[in-house]
Amino acid sequence: MKTSNIMIVGVGGQGSLLASTLLGRLLLTKGYDIKVSEVHGMSQRGGSVVTYVRFGDKVYSPVIDKGEADYIVSFELLEAARWTEYLKKDGKLVANTQQINPMPVITGAAQYPENLADKLKAAGINVDAFDALSLAEQAGSSKAVNIVLMGHLSRSFDFTLDEWLDAIEKSVPAKFLELNKKAFMLGREA
Amino acid sequence: MKQLMLGNEAVARGLYEAGCAFVSSYPGTPSTEITEAIAKYSEVYAEWAPNEKVAMESAFGASLAGKRSFCGMKHVGLNVSADPLFTIAYTGVNAGMVIGVADDAGMHSSQNEQDSRHYARAAKVPMLEPADSAEAIAFAKLAYELSEQFDTPVLLKMCTRVSHSQSVVEPGERIEVSKPYEKNPAKYIMMPGNANKRHPVVEARTRTLVEWAETADINRVEDGSDHSRGIITSSTSYQYVKEVCGDRYPVMKLGMIWPMPEKKIRDFAASVEELVVVEELDSFIEAHCLNLGLKVTGKEVFPAIDEFSQNLVAQKLGMNVPCAGCKVDDAIPARPPVMCAGCPHRSLYYTLAKNKITVIGDIGCYTLGAVPPLAAVDSVVCMGASISGAHGFTKALQGAADGKTVAVIGDSTFMHSGITGLVNVAYNESNTTVIIVDNSITGMTGHQQNPTTGMNLKGDPCTKIDLETLCRAVGIRRVRVVDPYDLKQTETAIKEELAAPEASVIISRRPCALLKYVKHNKPVTFDTDKCRSCKLCMKIGCPAISMTADASGKMKATIDNTLCTGCGVCTQLCHFGALNMAKEAE
Repeated sequence: MKTSNIMIVGVGGQGSLLASTLLGRLLLTKGYDIKVSEVHGMSQRGGSVVTYVRFGDKVYSPVIDKGEADYIVSFELLEAARWTEYLKKDGKLVANTQQINPMPVITGAAQYPENLADKLKAAGINVDAFDALSLAEQAGSSKAVNIVLMGHLSRSFDFTLDEWLDAIEKSVPAKFLELNKKAFMLGREA
Repeated sequence: MKQLMLGNEAVARGLYEAGCAFVSSYPGTPSTEITEAIAKYSEVYAEWAPNEKVAMESAFGASLAGKRSFCGMKHVGLNVSADPLFTIAYTGVNAGMVIGVADDAGMHSSQNEQDSRHYARAAKVPMLEPADSAEAIAFAKLAYELSEQFDTPVLLKMCTRVSHSQSVVEPGERIEVSKPYEKNPAKYIMMPGNANKRHPVVEARTRTLVEWAETADINRVEDGSDHSRGIITSSTSYQYVKEVCGDRYPVMKLGMIWPMPEKKIRDFAASVEELVVVEELDSFIEAHCLNLGLKVTGKEVFPAIDEFSQNLVAQKLGMNVPCAGCKVDDAIPARPPVMCAGCPHRSLYYTLAKNKITVIGDIGCYTLGAVPPLAAVDSVVCMGASISGAHGFTKALQGAADGKTVAVIGDSTFMHSGITGLVNVAYNESNTTVIIVDNSITGMTGHQQNPTTGMNLKGDPCTKIDLETLCRAVGIRRVRVVDPYDLKQTETAIKEELAAPEASVIISRRPCALLKYVKHNKPVTFDTDKCRSCKLCMKIGCPAISMTADASGKMKATIDNTLCTGCGVCTQLCHFGALNMAKEAE
């Protein structure tokens, strides 16, 4: 099997590590070779963060390069726009429509582009943008936005619902399991 | 059972399986998780040392005592511990000793992009370089075998992409290793008469290690169908090469990067038309090939700066590079890391910037005080350089800089290498003002304990070094503590200590807002009717405050309730009562 590439992008502190942990758990049970690359340290602190998830028969590079991603899952709209060059021609962008101003925008040194979701579509990108934050809040916590996004991504894969839910069970504390399962289903059905 | 494991956790697993009994490290991205992971194994004693030099010397002591030992650090930490390294290379070990060092090509979280491989050659010790998590386990174990077989410390070199990537591993069982300690002055006391006799031992050891390298499995050749080109590579560069070339070109993967084989490389070079070296950062393998008199393609094609990727390797080898995806036409604003909402460093830097103080800075979260809008820092070099730098700055200007210059250093960095600078301030009597930003944790690397926190690596209570007492003990008479959330108190203290005719220390004390035990206040309330759009609150660069258009289109200060911790610094700045602490009983 050719290597599949998923990028998870967002703002430091948004919970992208749980999303990649969940994917890793699921893919491991399917017997794939897997590499998951994360960013630690200075790059977190509210900065732009990216996680690479790669799986297939044999995975060499731990990172995904421009033109290689089958999927980009974005926690924030500006971050979605930042990484679209990494998508394959027929790659898909799953994007939360939430907007978080970076410091240059807060200080007035730069502008947050307007109507970014529409512009992404107009640029020819296969974009599936939706309000994952509202669904996370509906599930019980804004922090569950990562699981909502994974739920939405799950529709693009052949893995069974049980396999996904099993991976969630192994990845989140028991007291948050029901909340996360609900968040996953809301994302999957969105 | 197969599992996904982070490269650094895999190093820890390898140490555990090899029977490592003693670990002493100082945190530093991207090396930190090795020691955090090993601390979870109850069979292993593990600690945070105040700095890398102490860590390495402690690990040497443990090896001398007969237990397999480890110390871990980032690349710049190896500079701090270079002194013991170069002499432990002479003494050799009793039980095996492994030194983990993690480079940061691309400088994701570092102040320079040094290539630590040079240390292996300079100190004359072997260096292993794993390329994924499975190799991290295997090489950590092999490193102990080599250490004991060849009587040498062994460097285990990681890099950001190997340290911080998870890949599939199959953990094994632990063995226990113990050696008796026997007094051996000729081997362990490195004064000239003994060291003179040890140096030839070291040179002979390198020659026998070269012989080992000639036949070692970890220096392997993977044959290819097209011998017009052969590639020598290692570490993460190997992964990029294989990603791009598959089985097309023969590849020599070096698992031991120092010393390198000679015959094996000559034979490989003879089997291909063009010899190519693919390595991140400096010419190291390439330099070795040139020393062997081989014609090689290397740094004239591949850059010596930044990390590589598969597309870069493909492009430089003249192979197919995928077309980049589409993008929007708008400029995408950068999203640099920032001080968190509620960060106690923010108000301190605001006060320093407001008073136009020259700030000789240091390494930690508080380096972010250099970023606009605070832009309060004048220089940052290395761990501890703030106090010694401010001392030199103050002395050189013979009084002209007095009252206008401060050093800013964190609690952990102060314990690492700030103390000696402060001793110099006291001893040589410069009128230096030192601000210790004490947030009760090592913040930037992800909340590690340190000697001032009262907790050890395993999370148990322990001796807490008292900063005030320590500063007074080294000879600083003026020592005071402020709460940086209190702007007036902080500004008064800074002005008074800068005006004082002698050295002083201000401890700006407030725990990191991200610590689990820190209780946040309710978010600050905002009243857009009262806001006069003066933007004074924007000068502190808090990510929770932004200017937002009100109903009439005027830009007014608003608070993001999901980010605001209610620290209240902005409420002290607002002259118009637009920002207020939330009432507790609501």
